[in-house]
Amino acid sequence: MNTQADLNYYYDGSFDGLLCCVFESYDKREIPIDILVDAAAPQLFSGRPVPTDPAKAARVLASIPQKLGPAALDFVKHAFLTCLPRKELHILLFLRLGYRHGPRVMDMLADEVVNTLFKAVNHLNRESHLLKGFLRFSVCNGALVGEIAPKNFVLPLLTRHFCERYPEERFLIVDKTHGMGLLYQPYQASVLPVADLELPAADEDEQIFRELWRLYYDTIAIKERYNPRCRMSHMPKRYWRYMTEFGAPRDIPHLRLASVGGKLLIPAAEAEN
Amino acid sequence: MDVFDKLKILTDAAKYDVACTSSGVDKTAAAGGIGSAAACGICHTFSADGRCISLLKVLLTNVCVYDCRYCVNRRSNDTPRAAFSPRELAELTINFYRRNYIEGLFLSSGVLKSPDHTCEQMIEALRILREEYRFSGYIHAKAIPGADNALVTRLGTLADRMSVNIELPSQSSLRLLAPDKTKQAIFAPMGHIQKSIQENARDIVKYRHAPKFAPAGQSTQMIIGATPDTDYQILNLTEGLYKKYKLKRVFFSAYTPVADDSLLPAPDTKPQLWREHRLYQADWLLRYYDFTAGELLDRQHQSFNPYLDPKCTWALNNLHFFPVDVNRAVYRDLLRVPGIGVVSAKRILATRRTRALRFEGLKALGVVLKRAQFFITCSGKAADGVKITENNMLRSLLSEKALEQYRHNLSLEQLALFGQPPILPNPGRAYEHEYPGGLKLLL
Ligand code: SF4
Repeated sequence: MNTQADLNYYYDGSFDGLLCCVFESYDKREIPIDILVDAAAPQLFSGRPVPTDPAKAARVLASIPQKLGPAALDFVKHAFLTCLPRKELHILLFLRLGYRHGPRVMDMLADEVVNTLFKAVNHLNRESHLLKGFLRFSVCNGALVGEIAPKNFVLPLLTRHFCERYPEERFLIVDKTHGMGLLYQPYQASVLPVADLELPAADEDEQIFRELWRLYYDTIAIKERYNPRCRMSHMPKRYWRYMTEFGAPRDIPHLRLASVGGKLLIPAAEAEN
Repeated sequence: MDVFDKLKILTDAAKYDVACTSSGVDKTAAAGGIGSAAACGICHTFSADGRCISLLKVLLTNVCVYDCRYCVNRRSNDTPRAAFSPRELAELTINFYRRNYIEGLFLSSGVLKSPDHTCEQMIEALRILREEYRFSGYIHAKAIPGADNALVTRLGTLADRMSVNIELPSQSSLRLLAPDKTKQAIFAPMGHIQKSIQENARDIVKYRHAPKFAPAGQSTQMIIGATPDTDYQILNLTEGLYKKYKLKRVFFSAYTPVADDSLLPAPDTKPQLWREHRLYQADWLLRYYDFTAGELLDRQHQSFNPYLDPKCTWALNNLHFFPVDVNRAVYRDLLRVPGIGVVSAKRILATRRTRALRFEGLKALGVVLKRAQFFITCSGKAADGVKITENNMLRSLLSEKALEQYRHNLSLEQLALFGQPPILPNPGRAYEHEYPGGLKLLL
């Protein structure tokens, strides 16, 4: 089987859509040079749109745990959330390798594709782990609102954590990078597209607790041990922007959700590990 | 005095306690409540000194009837005093928690009036959190030495983790610097807590709903550098504590001068951060690498090498143990190789099941070849072009920084003799967070 030097697949950006590309690749006995989201790229090469067909997607989905084991399915779902360039193609190549070698593909770290995907998934997991801590909420009309700007699409991985932490609260986490939000009210969570921010001022209570937190943050450091390099390596600067102890947020974001009928990339509950 | 003043004073007084982890227990919010905990622990931010902040770490009060000389809160110190009311503290905790500033509370206290009275106040704060707010987040409570066992037990059923700080690693230091405390006063509550944890484990098997006692276990802290106690003494004590009291963690805190006292290091003494760092590395080797204290230090070598981490030092002193073959060695032996850590050792075991490993593939598994190459073979073969000389090994095992500092001081040949090298002026990194990334520091 050869890579088709000039063939791109186009899909709708959903996980099911990608599974259909896997189906297509086997059906036509070919490997595209890339898999792109709908008309997102210039048409330099010949491209083939691969329509999303739930029946085909379901067949591929069922085959993964069967042939590669449940861990591989979980892994692929995570890989789909990463910011790895050309993640779709990597996932296709990983699955092809897996259909050939079975569950042992998960141990083939010396393989270039497997290794790249593992690194990307580690990056995703690390970022979502850090954000469980670094995310800051403001209390706004009794609800909790927070903003993040992650590189990877971490919202599906944060869902369970924050739902278990605040089962009785209403909260919204906005992912500014991907224009999506995690909305929760007892006892239901959904990941939705979020448009438009308006910012009313924080009320007095909110201001007080932000100030108390800043005071705590500044006081707890031991000045004889000052070590900004160490702080930076544990908490890279790109996270600081949305953290209360560094002055943010100045105001509470007020959000309007895009129509609930909007397309969901992955249902929140499904991508949970 | 408003809550801002109190928070400032009582944080300032608590900051020298290093433990801030929220690890060791997994749970989700109770019905109608708030709060969860993750066994791996979660850092919510890092302070300017690079330390993980996971918990709201404060004292209930910094008033103290005792006069421990190394402590900012000692009776004789002229410092502003404050006290939270239990309710005030509970509300502050919940408000920080809702905003995702923290994983929970680390509550300690000076001794106000009496150990029993202090303990009762702490219990009340935790009771409000657990019962009124139905808070399931992480709580670490420090037992007050001298408090009644029944009160310690009550505290333990409200907390996730308990600790009793040893502070001074030997009885002679204790006698000198903490005249009001005895070894007995420290180890008695530690023993009581351990017994309660054990009994509780049995109860939970018998009655599923028995209240849990400190499910995240018990920890302690020792101060490094306030007294002449050596690394050897401290590490042996640490090992003993893990064995005898089944502690989850022993923390080390480099002493920061807080008093001008002839019995203590002068006020301009820098905290011995590099020693603290070496102790954490050695502690890690005890807990995860199956090393014993006696393998790392002995009567003749009572101090860690400032330039080389304890694992590398061990490797250089035990060259007869090597080479280790990555395709055949058992897990425990792989872990002894400089440049191979817990993660890469596990990957080696998994990967070599599918095919024999070669040197080229090792880097992808996370092995630091620059270090490991001297100590391993792949199916009997050594790495190409590796010259195993003491000099080359040293060069590869020293960190860039240590190498740099070393050039200033003495030659590599001298280092090879492992005499008593001069003390490093520059600190290593403080780390006490427990997420797996921390492992890398050991490689
Ligand atoms: S009993 Fe505790 S708070 Fe009081 S002086 Fe001694 S160490 Fe400090």
